[in-house]
Amino acid sequence: MIPAAVIGIGQTKYDSKRRDVSMPGLIREAIDKAIIQAGVEWQDIDAVVLGKAPDMFEGVMMPELFLADAIGAYNKPLLRVHTAGSVGGSTAIMAATHITSGQYKCVLTVSFEKQSESNATWALSPKYPYTPHINAGAGGYFAPYMREYIRRSKAPEHIGWQVAVKDRRNANLNPLAHLQIPNIDLEMVKNTPMLWEPLRYLESCPSSDGACALVIASKEVAKGKNAAWIKGMSIRSEGTLSAGRDEVNPLAGQMCAKDIYSQAGITNPLKEIDCAEIYVPFSWYEPMWLENLGFAELNQGWKFTDSGKTELSGEIPFNMSGGVLSSNPIGASGMIRFGEAALQVMGLAGEHQVDNANVAMGHAYGGAAQFFAMWIVSSHQ
Amino acid sequence: MKRIGIVGYSQNKIKRDAGSANEVELIMPVVHKVLETTNLTQSHIDFTCSGSCDYLQGAAFAFVEGLNAIQTYPPIKESHVEMDAAWALYESYLRILSGEAEIALVYGFGKSSPGNLDQIMSLQLDPYYVAPLSPDRVNLAGLQANSMMKAGILTREEMYLAISAASRNGLNNPNAIKIDNPSWDEYLMGEIVSSPLTKFDCSPVSDGASAMIIATEDACEKFNLSPVWIDKIGHQVDSANLGFRDLTQVKPVSDLLEKFKIDLSSIDVIESHTQFSHEVVLLSKIFNCSIEEINPSGGPLVGNVMMAAGLDAIGHTFEKLQNHSAKTGLAHAASGPCLQQNLLAYLRCDS
Repeated sequence: MIPAAVIGIGQTKYDSKRRDVSMPGLIREAIDKAIIQAGVEWQDIDAVVLGKAPDMFEGVMMPELFLADAIGAYNKPLLRVHTAGSVGGSTAIMAATHITSGQYKCVLTVSFEKQSESNATWALSPKYPYTPHINAGAGGYFAPYMREYIRRSKAPEHIGWQVAVKDRRNANLNPLAHLQIPNIDLEMVKNTPMLWEPLRYLESCPSSDGACALVIASKEVAKGKNAAWIKGMSIRSEGTLSAGRDEVNPLAGQMCAKDIYSQAGITNPLKEIDCAEIYVPFSWYEPMWLENLGFAELNQGWKFTDSGKTELSGEIPFNMSGGVLSSNPIGASGMIRFGEAALQVMGLAGEHQVDNANVAMGHAYGGAAQFFAMWIVSSHQ
Repeated sequence: MKRIGIVGYSQNKIKRDAGSANEVELIMPVVHKVLETTNLTQSHIDFTCSGSCDYLQGAAFAFVEGLNAIQTYPPIKESHVEMDAAWALYESYLRILSGEAEIALVYGFGKSSPGNLDQIMSLQLDPYYVAPLSPDRVNLAGLQANSMMKAGILTREEMYLAISAASRNGLNNPNAIKIDNPSWDEYLMGEIVSSPLTKFDCSPVSDGASAMIIATEDACEKFNLSPVWIDKIGHQVDSANLGFRDLTQVKPVSDLLEKFKIDLSSIDVIESHTQFSHEVVLLSKIFNCSIEEINPSGGPLVGNVMMAAGLDAIGHTFEKLQNHSAKTGLAHAASGPCLQQNLLAYLRCDS
């Protein structure tokens, strides 16, 4: 594979309503930071790749067309990716593929969601012609998977609360995180209303406005720069209606993880990966993904959470930035995971930096737990 | 650089209204057909990429429904662009070049009949400054046609010529929609949709799907496939601000042609993604060919499946080269108001 590296990461401040900026303004906030960190100029950018989740979130069809000027794509190739919730991850991978194809030297990629423009649960639950109407939204859709995980693993109820507390404590160290809850603890989570059993209000992700941008470059462009080298990247999908699929522990996730580990030469992810930004929009997804990604044995993931292994100073820190549970501009959430992994190996994660992080993982998933995108980044080429 | 070729293409018969057919029912036949023509099975496909647009279906995640048309268990490497499938082809091309895949399946689909397409497309416009003025798709196309007329590079005669050629060529295309071929007088009396465009100048609202398979040279040898090589492929987007653009030009196409450095006079077949008669005239001028020569399939004027019509231009060009009625071909795909975003693919046969 032709080497590719992240040389710039830019993120907006995440918030429930960024009324101070338009869509172009929001996106430029992230892009400008990424370009400045990368130390490149607009004319160095060969192509732009934009990703976001369904267009109905903002009510603009294929918005990359009207954004062409604001994102600096004018007179350049512009590609628009949409792979449901995994889109931020798959967009970063598509941008990196521009470099690994040998056709491009420096690519800008950006993903965003301005959810305050509409109502996400409404946009996700339209009446579809000729099919039964499931007016569920994401939480209602995933809750049965989590109940099944609890049944299989016999995990105690407080695991979900622990994930919610741990991620929000991390968010308090990340000034860009949407949710800032200084005095968060188990009692507070436990006392919030039940939304979709087993999920309580504080065990769910927020709806956020925000954007994340990355500059991904070839070896020549990255030379002499602080860079996160992409050692493995991959995607996997399985159909919603595929016979035999296990929604709780999807094969697509297992295969995608195996693929990136083998590309990166990783045989023991728990020992060889220093930290991970994993797509956990609802608390119970932390133990579920610990198992799906091969960090923990089957039905044992919750014990990692329980014993603090996923905390900032733990054996395998998960979601140092506060994760999707603390900031969730849906279309960007995957790219934030990928970008935060890069920040860790570049040593630029600020207060939520993991000491001596050399190898980090970024992960995103979407649809009915059926689309996966992952990468491994390293401080060494 | 690795050589990559198109080895198969299939398209549904385009319908003005596919009735209750859903995504799966549109996509599955074309995927099965393209696999049949190449003697491949879905297990040979290393990467799949589709192009579609949620707003046409009127629901989020149209592509997720579409994915049920193909084999996805065990899980596959798959991606989706919210664009015409010509760009899904471009993504697949990069994936193959990067070594991630040897054989890729591309499909595009669109069902425009359930909604009011002209109004839906205006949701593409800048929501702050342009969309509130609510120009629809044909209004903006009329703006471009007017600019061309004022610049003296478009006449009603030329527009009529484009319609007649499309209608004539469409008769030889079994998947095309039969459109009226008006007499000159009927054309002049035609109902104006948005001046100067009459209903004859606009492509029909269409439902359908198309699929294509591309492969590396090694895979072609291994599976005995006969490729048409993608010699050059590229794309570029213009400004979104119509006032900043010279609507009598298509800058991305001119820039790409300059990059490709191909001799236009040596090209045997040209298919363009031109949804209005004046666009046919504009592109034929840029490609330096006559209005009768461009779009031997009839082009989008005889069937314009949104999110697949660009891939169809490439597919129709491929078909002409595959059956040896041509040696070189140029295909064009477009997106956005007034041809804002463009893709060109230059195809070539081994001589």
